Formats: sequence, structure tokens, C-alpha cells
Amino acid sequence: MSDNAENPNPLKELIKSRIREFLREPGYVFWVFGFPLLMAIGLGLAFRSKAPEPPRIAVTDAVAAETATSLLKSTRVHAERLVRHEAERQLARTKVDLVVDQPDPRKPLVFKLDAAQEKSLLARAITEDVLERAAGRQDVLKIDEHRVSEKGSRYVDFLLPGLIGLNLMGSSMWGIGFNLVLARKRKLLRRYAVTPMRRSHFLLSYFFSRSMFLVMELIVLISFGRLIFGTEIQGSIAGLLAASVLGAAAFAAIGFLIGARLTSTEVAGGWMNFVQLPMWLLSGAFFSYERFPAWLQLPIRFLPLTAVNDALRRVYNDGGSLSSIAFELAVLTAWALLGFGVAIKVFRWQ
Amino acid sequence: MSAPAIRCQSLVKCYGDKLAVAGIELTVEVGECFGLLGPNGAGKTTTVEMLEGLTKPDSGVVELFGLAWGLGQDRELQERLGVQLQDTQLADKLMVEEVLRLFRSFYRKGRSVDELVRDLDLEAERKQQYHKLSGGQKQRVALGTALAGDPELLFLDEPTTGLDPRARQQLWKIVQGFQSRGRSVLITTHYMEEAAALCDRIAVMDHGKIIALGTPRSLVDGLGLVQFVEFEARQPLDETAMSALPPVEVVDRRGEGYRLRIDRSLSALSAVLDELERQKVIPIGLSTHQATLDDVFLHLTGRALKNGEAAARAEGAAK
Repeated sequence: MSDNAENPNPLKELIKSRIREFLREPGYVFWVFGFPLLMAIGLGLAFRSKAPEPPRIAVTDAVAAETATSLLKSTRVHAERLVRHEAERQLARTKVDLVVDQPDPRKPLVFKLDAAQEKSLLARAITEDVLERAAGRQDVLKIDEHRVSEKGSRYVDFLLPGLIGLNLMGSSMWGIGFNLVLARKRKLLRRYAVTPMRRSHFLLSYFFSRSMFLVMELIVLISFGRLIFGTEIQGSIAGLLAASVLGAAAFAAIGFLIGARLTSTEVAGGWMNFVQLPMWLLSGAFFSYERFPAWLQLPIRFLPLTAVNDALRRVYNDGGSLSSIAFELAVLTAWALLGFGVAIKVFRWQ
Repeated sequence: MSAPAIRCQSLVKCYGDKLAVAGIELTVEVGECFGLLGPNGAGKTTTVEMLEGLTKPDSGVVELFGLAWGLGQDRELQERLGVQLQDTQLADKLMVEEVLRLFRSFYRKGRSVDELVRDLDLEAERKQQYHKLSGGQKQRVALGTALAGDPELLFLDEPTTGLDPRARQQLWKIVQGFQSRGRSVLITTHYMEEAAALCDRIAVMDHGKIIALGTPRSLVDGLGLVQFVEFEARQPLDETAMSALPPVEVVDRRGEGYRLRIDRSLSALSAVLDELERQKVIPIGLSTHQATLDDVFLHLTGRALKNGEAAARAEGAAK
């Protein structure tokens, strides 16, 4: 703190003001940091990948005790002993996938199942195997099993880059567009316009403060993903940074364009939502856009949020390198240049 | 003799087909405090914004210290100006000293934050965030941002509108302090007493034109050399006899109260007193006052400044 500093540096003061204004507004801080974290926790828990449940089967009381015991003890099926009509009722309601019955003790076992249900077929195969083994069957072929649990294949791994993308979009567009409109509405921009403040300093202050928050946002979301869900970056860190910086620049340029002239914060908010909502839906933040019809997928790939999400996912989950995301980086650069170029032409101080 | 602080000629600005400023000529000398006085909608703000370089005139000449806008010297010019705009809201979450330091940083030279805070009497509020300040404190911060570059010319656009009398006088003191250092001020106001208290010269504006220009004294004197005598009386006054006296121009009666417009001379006053004594009327609470700028505006436009203001507001609300 030095009031004695005879000539404070205008760019530094402008950047400090931006940062202070942001940090002193609890609402902004929540939407930028708290909201994506809550979203990651909520969705990450909801779509947690679990080992599949063993099939549920019912063993009727007509089945011989020895056979029933081998099923009841097995961990590969979840078996319970029921009277026949109750077992059949549960099968009809798909509460069990298979009923094991033995109407005549001298005749073989009877499996009752709905052959249209995959789970029933699976239950039949496993139950048969358990019984055969219990009866002493030897394997004819020797088969080794290698279990793969591929990193980056869980839903939360898919989700995290999407949340980073959403966060970049939200904070860059609102942080710049809304802030500009508010300052214009409060006639603060005109007040600046009658000082010798350099216009470039004013714009640079947004650039630097946004960059700083970008780094903070990335650190928070990435370390959160790593600590809570064990999500790790498989690919190039340079690629991740390039995608984030160019993504933030593209969204900042769009925010700047929206904020270039408007004087009403309500209208600005409407435009923000108008631009953001389609991307929330189309750009594959929560589920893959490959589910959309093929003719829609090419235009979707040119949306800035799609480009960010695709690039981040390729780096995060598929071990992508910087060159593997060249197309996305080009799309983002184009958005940034176009938005910024138009915005600076149409910008108004009052 | 150096160039005047402000010189403008044939300044015209239209908004659509509405003529906001209809050919204004004025010169403000260095060291002078000049007032633009008039009701809302008279064109004061448009005029000031053209002088400040915020609004481009449709035609006419503006020169500040001999320099014009838009000729590549704008930043040089802005270094020498301090501007307080009508109803600017500064950043809510910044503290007073942070706002002042920010504005100070835009200028090559200027007052330190310490000096500003002291001059503006904001020492106790220094660490307060802007949105927590009272109206008068906010106006003083706005004035502080205008003074941060230690300007040679200060523009104030209705700086005290909506403030209570104490806050208003506090602001006047700061402006007087600034002017006493040989600096120039251009102030717009619709308060007559503000113009009278601060300004060396005044231009009265109405419908985009200057309808009178001069010192507060000369404008008042332009009404003719009159004064007003007011008193109450329990006894009935013979108004005909009173108005028959040569120095008495008008006699107004409201209940037991009387207001006489008479020549501005001691002999005129003593003639009135003699007449009261002759009629055996005892004046209660007798007072005399000289004509004010309010009387000037009433005389020039045929309507009171306050009414003009109300009418302008009603017009604005109708839109």
C-alpha cells in the first residue's frame, strides 16, 4: 500500500479494481467456483459406475435341499427360497430373473424364465454354471481372465471436461459482457471516456483479470476432479492449456460482442442465455452429441463450447496431444478473432 | 493574455427533429467560475457534454485553452480537465480510496489520494465501499474523481441535485477552494442560490438558447433597481393610497401579509414607512430583500424556475 507512489500505474489499478469487484461479490464467486463443483459432485454421484449386481433368482421349496444350498451359498447369484406360486409371482414382476423349480423329484430341474429379458438369460447361464460346478464338472478349456479398468472411461471422467467447458463459457461471457453493460448502464464507461485513460488499458485489464481467474478456475476444477473422483489428465498439458485459453478467449470475445452496445442488463442477460442455452444442450457437456442425427453433428462441431469440450476430453481422457486438437483450436481462434474484431468496431462508451 | 478556458461559438445539436442546443456562444476566462442556469430540458447537459468532447456538435466551434476536440490532442486536453457527469454511479464494491487511486492513475500528474481524501472531508469513509455511502458522500467521491488529475478546468453537471442543504454547502466549499487556486469551473444547476453562491458569471438557458448572460448582480439589476418589502398588519391597509406613492410599483396582499415591490432606495423605503405611520398601521415582522435570480428567471420566461422544472419532469415522465 503506497499512497506515496506518486504515479500509480493505470493498467495495474484497473486490473486490481476488476479483481476486487469480483472477489467482493459473493454471488459471482459462487457461480464461478461453487456451482460447477456442486454439479460435479451431484452428477458424479448419480452416475457413479458400480460393479453389476448378481442376478436374482428364486429357488422353490420343491428343489432338493442339497441343490438349493449350493445356490444359496454362491456369491455369483442372489438366491432366495420361496414357495412356488410366490416365486412365479416375483418372476412375473421381474423382481427375480429366474425361478429354479423341480416339480418331480425324479426328473431334472426346471428353469423358468422370460427369454426376452437379457438379465434372465444371464441368470440362466450363471445358475447353470454354479450347479454344474457344484455337481463336480471340470473345465475342459483353461481360460485366463484379464480385467481391464480403463482410466478415463467412467461417466465422471466424461463429465469433468464438460464442466470445465461450461465454466469457461459462463465465467468468460458473464464476466465480460455483463460487466460492460452494467458499467455502461451506470454511466461509468462515459465517465472513463472523459479521462485520459487509454482504451487499450481498459481492454487489457479485462484480459489479464480473466486470465487470472481462468487459471484459478482450472486449478480448482482439475484438482477437485483428481482428489474426489481420481480423474487424471492422460494427455498433453500444453494441449489442455491451449484449449482452455483459446476457449476462454472465444467466449470472452462473444461476451464482449454482446456487451459492446447494450445498456440494459436484462436484455444482455437474455442474449447471454440465448447464446448459451443451445450450447448447453448441443455441445455435449453432459452427454455425447453423437446421439444427435448425423446432419446436425457437423454444425455442432463448429460451436465454441463443442470445440472446447472435444479438445478437453481428447486431452483429458484419450491422452490426446496438442496436434490432435488442432481442428478445435482453429475453431476457437476463429471465434475469438471474429467476435473481438466485430465487437471493437461496434463498441460504444455511452 | 492566454487563450480562454472555454470558447464556443454557434454551437448546435439536434436529437431527431428536436433542437436541444440552438446556437450557443460563450467564453469562460481562466480562473472564472461560470454557471449555466436553467430548468431541466433547457439544454445545459447537452451543452456541457459537447464542451467535454463526449458529444459531437452538429455545427459550431468548441475550444478549450485554444485546443479543439478530434485533432489528435484529445488526450492532452483530457489531462487538463476534471469532469463530474450527471448521475454516474461508480463501482459499488470499491472503497473510496481505491476509486480515487484508480482515477488518479489515469493522469500523468495530480493530487495524491491522501490530499483528495482530506480536501473532500472523506477521511472517515476512506475504507468504506462506495455503495454504503450517503448521497452527499457519493457526490463528494464523484467530485474527487474529477479533481484527481488536479485539473485546470472543472466541469460540474448538477452536482448538488438531490442533496440536503448541509451536503450542498459542503460541496460548494470544495468548489470554492478549487477556484481560489486560480482554476476555472463550469457548473450547471437549476438552483438559483447555487449559481449566486458560486458563480462569477451566469448564462440563463431556456429551450436550448442563452436568454441572459452576466454577473449575478447585473442580472438582478437588469430587473430594474427594485427591492421587496414584506410585513403583516392587523389593521386594514389602504392599498390604493399605498400604491399611489411614486416609488411603489406593486402591492400584493395575502390575508394579513403584504408584499410591496418598490424602488431600491432608502428614500423609497422611508416613504413606505411614513405612509404606514400616517395610516396608523403597525407592521409586524417587517423585512426587505433585494431581487434574486429566481425573480430574474420569472421575469425572463414568464414562469418560475421551479414550475419549469416540474413541467420538464412531467414531460419526461410522459415519455
